[in-house]
Amino acid sequence: MADLVFTGIGVVAPTGSTAEEHWASVLKGQSGITRISRFDASGYPVRYAGQVVDPRVAQAVPGRLAPQTDRWTHLALVAADEALRDADVDPKAVPEYEMAVVTSSSSGGTEFGQREIERLWRDGPDHVGAYQSIAWFYAATTGQLSIRHGMRGPCAVLAAEQAGGLDVLDHARRLTRSGCRLVLTGGTDASLSPYGLVAQLPTGLLSTVDDGAYRPFDVAASGHLPGEGGAILVAEEASAARDRGHDRPYGVLRGHAAGFDPPPGSNRPPVLERVLRAALSDAGVWPSEVDVVFADAQGTPAADLAEARAIGAVFGAHGVPVTAPKTLTGRLYGGGAALDVATALMSLRYGVVPHTAGVERPVPAYDLDLVLDRPRERPVRTAVVLARGYGGFTSAVVLGAA
Amino acid sequence: MTEFALRDLTRILKSCAGVDDAVDLDGPVADTAFEDLGYDSLALFELVGRVRREYGVELPDEAVAEMATPRAAVDYIARHLEPVGDKR
Repeated sequence: MADLVFTGIGVVAPTGSTAEEHWASVLKGQSGITRISRFDASGYPVRYAGQVVDPRVAQAVPGRLAPQTDRWTHLALVAADEALRDADVDPKAVPEYEMAVVTSSSSGGTEFGQREIERLWRDGPDHVGAYQSIAWFYAATTGQLSIRHGMRGPCAVLAAEQAGGLDVLDHARRLTRSGCRLVLTGGTDASLSPYGLVAQLPTGLLSTVDDGAYRPFDVAASGHLPGEGGAILVAEEASAARDRGHDRPYGVLRGHAAGFDPPPGSNRPPVLERVLRAALSDAGVWPSEVDVVFADAQGTPAADLAEARAIGAVFGAHGVPVTAPKTLTGRLYGGGAALDVATALMSLRYGVVPHTAGVERPVPAYDLDLVLDRPRERPVRTAVVLARGYGGFTSAVVLGAA
Repeated sequence: MTEFALRDLTRILKSCAGVDDAVDLDGPVADTAFEDLGYDSLALFELVGRVRREYGVELPDEAVAEMATPRAAVDYIARHLEPVGDKR
């Protein structure tokens, strides 16, 4: 069966505007979470977020696409350019119908949409721009990437909140098993406009503590903070990558599984443990072979406990190093798990397990070997990434050294 | 009488639809097809919408069909800006 290998990484995140910048921030534990500056958030219950403030990002957005696409698409366009450069692939040299685009999106073009809705109500229907028709919807990023890079194979968007960034990889793997050579995948999100933020509040999962705290697995866990950005990855069918002379991929997708939580009030357990076992089974990997788990780390006591139980049930108490570098970015929703995968691939390449910055007092009863204080250098051959999207989406992937 | 020139068109295009990285909109583009300048029909709908709002002129959506090049668009718009009937 064809393997899916990762040959290029592009990151635009609060932690950096390239994969290398992001990785350096992660190793330093340097947070990209600040008081929200994109709009006046002083009247909102959530005032901190992981923002992309680097002016180079806006400058790198293609001039023709900037006014007709939402910010979440901007971030993906810039990340995709980096990923393709990093993979050293020339899309013009690959058969156009054998390249696909599959991205994850959770919010769509909320900021663009808010601007147009404001015009509609303030000035009337004549003032709504024509690009609203294409900028808001979830598939816009996939479509713009497909057009820009001439990738005319099967294209898709997956909307499964935080879990979507893992599910896209399985979809990409399926496509390479049916003839695609290359899939531009991963995801971004950018929902830090007033409308975008307000839409996140009813989950009750965001931290309203006014100190920029996102401390999963901590006794002071108070919920998560939102962020924007993500990662775009170049994934290729292994032999197609070799055929074009690429012999040093970051890693390979060994396994994936997805599930959906039972409804609230059900006496059935959350699906995470079963999904984790299914992903390991799909990968043909024993729990003892896993070197690190990148946790979903939602940051509410109930969700942290559920995740710690699932990890403990599979790996045993303190059975595997667990980390959550997303404390530096906040949760990026459609882009979050894609960024975790990028971080995990760099962890495989460099033999370093990054730490979970900001967590000072982990809950002892969780029995997790949470990597704290500083990165842990050790060979990393197999990494698991977990993701839970609001509403019950649950996914896991197993990544391996190529 | 309000005038509408090529520079007005390029100013509006830049602001509402952006500029392709490979195109110099301030160069000799008057007779280059919009398609070759990187503008699709949505860009032209957006242009027509902006002209309507900014100049308070009635332009039908079908106007887009009359606008193959910047020169054709300027001519079309300028024609519609001219006073009609007994307004003056």
